[in-house]
Amino acid sequence: MGIQTNNSIVKWIEYRLPVFSTLNHSLIDYPTPRNLNYWYNFGSLAGVCLVVQIITGIVLAMHYTPHASMAFDSTEHIMRDVNYGWLLRYIHANGASMFFLVVYIHIFRGLYYGSYKMPRELLWWLGIVILLLMMATAFMGYVLPWGQMSFWGATVITNLFSAIPLVGTPIVEWLWGGFAVGNATLSRFYSLHYLLPFVIVGLVMLHLLALHQHKSNNPLGIDIKGPQDTIPFHPYYTAKDLFGLGVFAIVFAGFVFFAPNYLGHPDNYIEANPLVTPAHIVPEWYLLPFYAILRSIPDKFLGVVAMFASIFVLFLLPWLDTSRVRSATFRPIYKQVFWLLLICCVALGWVGANPPEGIYLVVGRIATTFYFLFFLVLMPLIGWFERPRPLPESIGASVAKTGGGAPADAHAKPEGRV
Amino acid sequence: MAQGKHGQPQGASRRDFLYIAAGGLGAVGAGAFAWPFIHQMNPSKDVLALSSIEVDISKITEGQTITVSWRGKPVFIRHRTKAEIDAARAVQLGELPDPQPDDARVRAKDRPQWLILVGVCTHLGCVPLNNQGEYGGWFCPCHGSHYDTSGRIRKGPAPANLEVPSYEFLGDNAVRIG
Amino acid sequence: MRPIAALALCLALAGGPALAAGDTTPPKSVDWPHGGPFGTFDRAALQRGFLVYKQVCAACHGLRQVAYRNLNEIGFNEAQVKVLAAEVEVQDGPNDQGEMFNRPGRPSDRFRSPFANPQAARAANNGALPPDLSLITKARAGGGGYIYSLLTGYRNPPAEVKLAEGMSYNPYFAGRQIAMAPPLNEGAVEFADGTKAGVEQMAWDVTTFLAWAAEPEMEARKRMGVKVILFLLVLTGVLYAVKRKVWAEVH
Repeated sequence: MGIQTNNSIVKWIEYRLPVFSTLNHSLIDYPTPRNLNYWYNFGSLAGVCLVVQIITGIVLAMHYTPHASMAFDSTEHIMRDVNYGWLLRYIHANGASMFFLVVYIHIFRGLYYGSYKMPRELLWWLGIVILLLMMATAFMGYVLPWGQMSFWGATVITNLFSAIPLVGTPIVEWLWGGFAVGNATLSRFYSLHYLLPFVIVGLVMLHLLALHQHKSNNPLGIDIKGPQDTIPFHPYYTAKDLFGLGVFAIVFAGFVFFAPNYLGHPDNYIEANPLVTPAHIVPEWYLLPFYAILRSIPDKFLGVVAMFASIFVLFLLPWLDTSRVRSATFRPIYKQVFWLLLICCVALGWVGANPPEGIYLVVGRIATTFYFLFFLVLMPLIGWFERPRPLPESIGASVAKTGGGAPADAHAKPEGRV
Repeated sequence: MAQGKHGQPQGASRRDFLYIAAGGLGAVGAGAFAWPFIHQMNPSKDVLALSSIEVDISKITEGQTITVSWRGKPVFIRHRTKAEIDAARAVQLGELPDPQPDDARVRAKDRPQWLILVGVCTHLGCVPLNNQGEYGGWFCPCHGSHYDTSGRIRKGPAPANLEVPSYEFLGDNAVRIG
Repeated sequence: MRPIAALALCLALAGGPALAAGDTTPPKSVDWPHGGPFGTFDRAALQRGFLVYKQVCAACHGLRQVAYRNLNEIGFNEAQVKVLAAEVEVQDGPNDQGEMFNRPGRPSDRFRSPFANPQAARAANNGALPPDLSLITKARAGGGGYIYSLLTGYRNPPAEVKLAEGMSYNPYFAGRQIAMAPPLNEGAVEFADGTKAGVEQMAWDVTTFLAWAAEPEMEARKRMGVKVILFLLVLTGVLYAVKRKVWAEVH
């Protein structure tokens, strides 16, 4: 995997620091399954989102003032006086939404094609940790403009920890640095909001390291058997990823320039007021499903437990899924339930945006039940009872038959590489 | 592994064109995207709005110097006495490290009594003290630069005269600096 | 694949902010000239709206995020802005004696708020706090439509409604009882351009002005947006062609 070059500077550096061969190894010659579809674009898109968030965040930090009495006005200073400040802030605010959208699609893709299964368990776990950190980062970032929703969102979410028996209140006061959300809370959230993205970068590196160990999964869910199954990352997937990036940029720009506040909440343009609570406190859309699970459970402590469990259950996926076949393409029953799960997550999002009463509460409870039922009961059971359709011989053979079609004599035997 | 580095000549030229077009457009896009990130560090609109100030000079008596803040820096406005003006005019240019006649230090020729200077020592940026030093002008306490009643460097490490900001008189009672 | 539709649905549902408490008439949907992807502010309406704000709203409502210099952007020239700014007394200081003093406003000053602090505002308004209007069209569900509806929505209360002391009936306001008395009266201002100052007209103009005050960057944003999207469409088209070309050898 060394690189061929006549450039003496490149050679000089390469001899001492193998950056070129490393880049070559992971971005140029890197062997990639030849049958990846467009759903596999969302991994690199997530990486782009992270970079965009970091660079816009760094420049916003040059103008923002993390103080309870100045945060709101400094945000408006950015919007009105700083050169292109409105653009940078709208990219950052909508970028968070775009990042979650991309990552959710990325996760559901992994769920559909069984990308969490042996030997990619750690890859999957790292992804979940990244998701958790993203949520924490996004939540703290939302507090910074110090609007009404910032303040009361922070109050409600930090109060979740008061559900912990005995030590709840001391923990919450420790989080706040006071007896309510205030200046101390704002300052520490700012500090952590700046820090966590770099932790995410580190985890993304590990995520990639784990990915490159066993290479990408693919829509067939079968292993790479030889060079005929792969193509080099460059130019094939660089070209495909760049095209996907172009499409994504158009959607992103549509929000930034023409509907910059569509995904936000009007109350966050009212400065925080500790004495007046907004009529409805709702988190940003990407946290709504979890918020709905929280509110579906009538008990405070159990509600918090359920909400955290809804994410932590994902860690157990490699064992909860007992199927020997990775890709849902060959799993007729799992495939159906997978779509049910997606619908249930969307329903939870819808419930989370509405007050916890009447039909919303009913739907929320049904969807919450199904969510856990899916992972804890259906997944193990279906894995045992389902008869998967036969798998194709190899990726290369399948591509030759124009994608996805399964040869008749294949076995359902996707397990690990030799 | 995919082969086909060499297609038909025609295909190859079309492909090259596509690559160049994509690369060119990409470079233009990246450049345009970078500009807001650079320009955001330039002075913002509220800062620019304060880049000129109007000062009431009607209450500055002869011989008095006031200090006002302009663009975050001190500006000295000195109502010079006849003696100070004469002293400044009498200096031979040859004696000056940074030769400039007193005329060139005063923007309104009909108002030689008004000397307006940016109060930042041209050596390393300290603020000189008013009415001190060997030449009756200013003295910088940091490294001992002496300025005369025209704000010209006379002695010490500073390389140049005190800077004259752009200003304009608005009648007899006010001046706009910047 | 199906997830696209599902996710679009999720976004659409999540994006629509939850409606405020039940007992309220939904705001009128107004077709503003500054709406839509190409809309621009009506300059004449902006200037009339500023007059309405200045002569009617400013008695109780601040506009503290906006500076007098910003009035340049709605068509006042530098000299006019200077005069408008100088009409208000702004506190500055401390002076050489260590005291705060009043001076005429300058273009670089932000709009002076009518009350020194929220407590003073409440004390002067029967306990109600007149909100700062700098961001009002962004800070209310329904945006400008809500403001316009509210300003034109005062009615005599239905028989069964018993108004609290000092309150007015307005079906667009949450709870239908609002502490602000009907602010706009026929002919309350005199427009320089001869437009008749009816309530609807003033409401329209002042809402336009407030929409500008909340989003002064809007026109620049949309203009840039059109350029950026057109550019991205071309770039993405070329990238698609590149992708096809590259993959032609594999398929």
